[in-house]
This record gives sequence, C-alpha cells and structure tokens, in this order.
Amino acid sequence: MPETRTIADLALEVRSKNAGPFWVTMELFMRDAAGYTIVADPGYLNATVIAGLYGVEPDTVQIFRIPALDVVKISFPRPVPQGSLRDRDIHAGQHHVPLALFPLPGPVT
Amino acid sequence: MNEVRVLTPTGMLGAGFPPETLTRGLELGADVIAVDGGSTDSGPYYLGAGIAKTAAAAVARDMRMLLRAASAAGIPLIIGSCGTSGTDSGVDWVAGITHGILAEEGLDLKVATIYSEQRADDLAARLDRIKPLPPAGPLDAATLESCRHIVGMMGHDPIVAALEAGADVVLAGRATDTAIAAAFPLMKGLPPGPVWHAAKIVECGGQCTTNPRAGGVLATIDADGFTIEPLDPDNACTPTSVAAHMLYETVNPFTMREPAGTIDVSEAVYEALDTRRVRVSKSRFVPAGQHTIKLEGARITGYETMSFTAIRDPHILGQIDTWAALMRKMIGEWVSGTLGLDGSDYAFDLRLYGHDAILDGIEPDRRPPREVGVMLLVRAADQQTATAVAKVANPLMLHLPTPDMNYLPSLAFATSPAETERGAVYEFALHHAVDVDSPTSMFRLNLPPDADSINPRSDADATHRRPDADATHRRPDAVAINLPEDGDA
Repeated sequence: MPETRTIADLALEVRSKNAGPFWVTMELFMRDAAGYTIVADPGYLNATVIAGLYGVEPDTVQIFRIPALDVVKISFPRPVPQGSLRDRDIHAGQHHVPLALFPLPGPVT
Repeated sequence: MNEVRVLTPTGMLGAGFPPETLTRGLELGADVIAVDGGSTDSGPYYLGAGIAKTAAAAVARDMRMLLRAASAAGIPLIIGSCGTSGTDSGVDWVAGITHGILAEEGLDLKVATIYSEQRADDLAARLDRIKPLPPAGPLDAATLESCRHIVGMMGHDPIVAALEAGADVVLAGRATDTAIAAAFPLMKGLPPGPVWHAAKIVECGGQCTTNPRAGGVLATIDADGFTIEPLDPDNACTPTSVAAHMLYETVNPFTMREPAGTIDVSEAVYEALDTRRVRVSKSRFVPAGQHTIKLEGARITGYETMSFTAIRDPHILGQIDTWAALMRKMIGEWVSGTLGLDGSDYAFDLRLYGHDAILDGIEPDRRPPREVGVMLLVRAADQQTATAVAKVANPLMLHLPTPDMNYLPSLAFATSPAETERGAVYEFALHHAVDVDSPTSMFRLNLPPDADSINPRSDADATHRRPDADATHRRPDAVAINLPEDGDA
C-alpha cells in the first residue's frame, strides 16, 4: 500500500517561525511551478484548512501566494502566548509539521 | 556620497563570524558596520529579567574584532538592541564590555549610548496616543504598571543624532532590526526606498545567501537601488535567496512598518549581476502621516518548578495517553489532599516528549513511541508553592502505573533531585505603538563628557541611570548633547 503523498514531497523546504512574539508564520518553498500551482490553489489550501490544522479562527489567517518564488506563505496569531506555561515551542520552529504532512489533493499517480 | 556600503558580518552580536568576513568587507570599501544585538524571538524572559541571552565572552569576542575593524578603517560601528532586549541594563552591559576592550586594545573611539527604556507612568499619561497592534486589545495603565521593563523600539533618527554628534561607536537600546543598517546611508542622503529594503535584507547577515553559515554580507546602496553580495568568496546571493529573505520572520512579505513609514517591496526587482551578486531596484518607502514607536513590555506571570522523568516500558507506552490522563487526575487529587490547593492556586503542564509534547493536540502521528520523556511544569504565584506541588507529584512521576497494572513500576528520573526551580517566568504584555511628535524624544542619548579621553569608569557612571531610578535624571548630567524637546518629552 503506497504511503499518502504530502506537501513535503513536493517542497524544497517547509518551515515555521515566530514573526514577533504574537504571530507565527510558515512558508512552503515548492520545488517547481507545478508544485506551486497545487498548493497555491485556494480550493486546496485556504484559511479554513489552515484553521483546522492549527486550531485557530479562519478569519485570523493570512495567506500570501508568491509565484515568482514558488512560495506560499501563511501567517496567523500565535494560539499560545510565547513563553507561557503551555508554550511547547518557544520559537514556533517545529509547527510546520502538520502543514508539511498535509495530504496532497486528488488521486496519487 | 553617491553610494554607501553597509557591512553586516553576522545577524546577532555574540553569534560569531569568520574574521575574514570583516577583512573582506573592509577591502570592498565598507562605510559602516551594523550589527543587531537583540531580538524578542527567544521569549519574554530576557526583557522581563533585563538579562542577555548571549554570553559575555561571545559578545566580547565579536566586539573585539568589530572595534578593531572600525578603528582601522575609520568607519562607524552601530550595535542595536544591546543585551538581547535593549533594556538600559543591556546597553550598559555591552558598553562595559566595549570600554574594557577599548582600554585593552588602546583604541581611541568615541562611544555613544542610546537608552530606550520607558517609564510606565509616562506612557500611562498618554494612553490616548497608544494604539494596539493586531492581535492585541486596548491598553490600560494597570498593564503598563505590571511590566518589569518597557522599551520603545527606536527608528534611525536617534542613531543618526549620535553619528552626527561624532560618535564612532553607537550602542543602541531597543531598535528596529533595520534602523541600525539604515541610519548611516540615510544620514548620507541616500533615498529611503533602497536604504530600508537593503537594511531589511542585511539584518540577519548571511541569511539572505545560499549558505547562511558562511559569514556576513555587504550591501552597496545608491540612488537607484542596491547591490548585495556575500563576504565569503565561495558563498552566493541569488535573486531567490535575496527575495526569500523578505519572508523570514515577517507576517507580511511585501510591506513592513518602521517608525517613520512603511517599506514596500511588492514591486521590487531582483536581478543577478553575476553568480554571487544581486541587484535590487524599485523598492519603495512610503512615509507615514504619523510617526509611531512600537512598545515592548514583559511582566512576571508566576514562578515555575520543573520535574522530568522518562518511560521505556512498552506496556505503559502502548497506552501512554491513558497513563497521562491518569497522571493529570492524580496530581490534582494529591495536591488537593496534601496541600489543600486547587486549580486557582497553581497550574501545570504535562508534556510527553517523544510522543506529542511539541504539537500536543495537533500532532498528526499517534503511533506508540519507543521511549517518552515526561516533563511536569508547575506554575504558581510563588516559588515555594510551585516546588511543593512538584514534590507532591514526585512519587507519581516515579511510580504511576497504568490502570491495568497490578504492580508499581519505577520510572527513569533524569536528575537528582528530580525538581528544578526555574524562578520567575514572564510574558510579553505589550503589542502597541505610541504616536510621537518627534522620532527622538522617547530616547536618551549619552556621549562621554570628553570625546578625546578613554575613560571607561566615568562613562559607565554617566550612563548608569535607568528611567525608573530617578525621574529627574532622564538625561544625565554628563550628556554632551540634548535632543530636541517636544510635547512627548
């Protein structure tokens, strides 16, 4: 049985990081324009999907699609205050994983 | 000047850099060296406690190389956000290290310090001019008063004031990452569009290159744009590596607010000059109608004690979520029974490292782990209570079985004692900007009384006054320069 293909399979790098103490930002650096076209499709990756992955409100999610770099960038307010009792990732540097492991759309070829 | 060359050898003072990065930068004709000394990225502790993240020896190693280079080339050296958070204590800390090195090396450089710490009651008196930044809400005086330290984030103007006064070395409190690189080229009359965009690109040193570990970069700024190149001859800037740096740690990759206006790179063009240099043009800076200074503040939220045990037994690991749920329930019951405390007196977080500690409820992989580190983090209003809770939990962290086990396992504590007191813990309490009439009025600039003397003692004394130490000394007696007063002062 083939493993489910994910965004990470089409990306050079998927990363996350604080953007100041109150925001987290993530970037999908795609390998090529074909991969970019898939993840830049708002029908596939949108604020509602991101909100579901990260447990945040959809209207707080900002998505920037940058075809010149084959990059999709996603920013939203940090759900847990930085450095608080329940902050398990001070730099938010490991929070890209749910996005990187998000299944690609459609049938696997 | 038709062009200005800004040298940034590293993204963080104390992070280190190859000495060749400076040598190469000076060979290429650097006009100014700019290095960031701080960030909020490592959390609220550093601002709250007024203590630097970096080791003094690491800062001294970098400063020694920087001071020698600045002196040899006769160019200014600008350090921003001294001591990680840019508190007055952080500026004094870097100033002390600097003066020690100048004395040891026999270097005659004029050092200016700029303080950015703010008094809560000064800010409370003008709440009507303080606006929340998303996602924060409106500010009240009690929040300001609760902060251990508050800093204002300076733009380029106070740094320009120090340079114009003849400073060779500028040690700034909290400053925007970009202001430290933008100050000198703006002072030389170069246009703000290319200057601010170049300043953003160089702010993390080699981060905008294809090998961020290979030292720093040099930006050559002129009237039409700027050229960026790495200082390691084997490293490269490409249009993609440079453009991609606008993504790094920013919410919005196209626009960035500075005190004086907004950097807009949405129309910027990135072109390869050769295999390792990139030309950037069509960057814009849109001046703001209202000059604003962003505030940062940190306050104590309690005291923490940490305990750490570990599990290797496959039977427990096979039902680790059940075990953790039982642990949470038992801690509550034992603390209530032994200490008479309830959830309003303390809080704890139980983290299963190796299972789902980092992502918790959004962890997509729920397969049984091979081993798990169990961190118990207890927070209370005082250290004694936090430690008492952790100690009451100690037998559970050592022996708690799963519900189906009819014997007591002994789990693997990592240390003896199992508990570690973490002291005060902090949170960022401010995410606001204050409207100001003057870009320099919230900042205090100090120059040594005698610019020609090397006298670390007198300078340290002159600059050692925090704003909350003595309200009548907002500009100490030894200040050689007075910045313009206005309604905000």
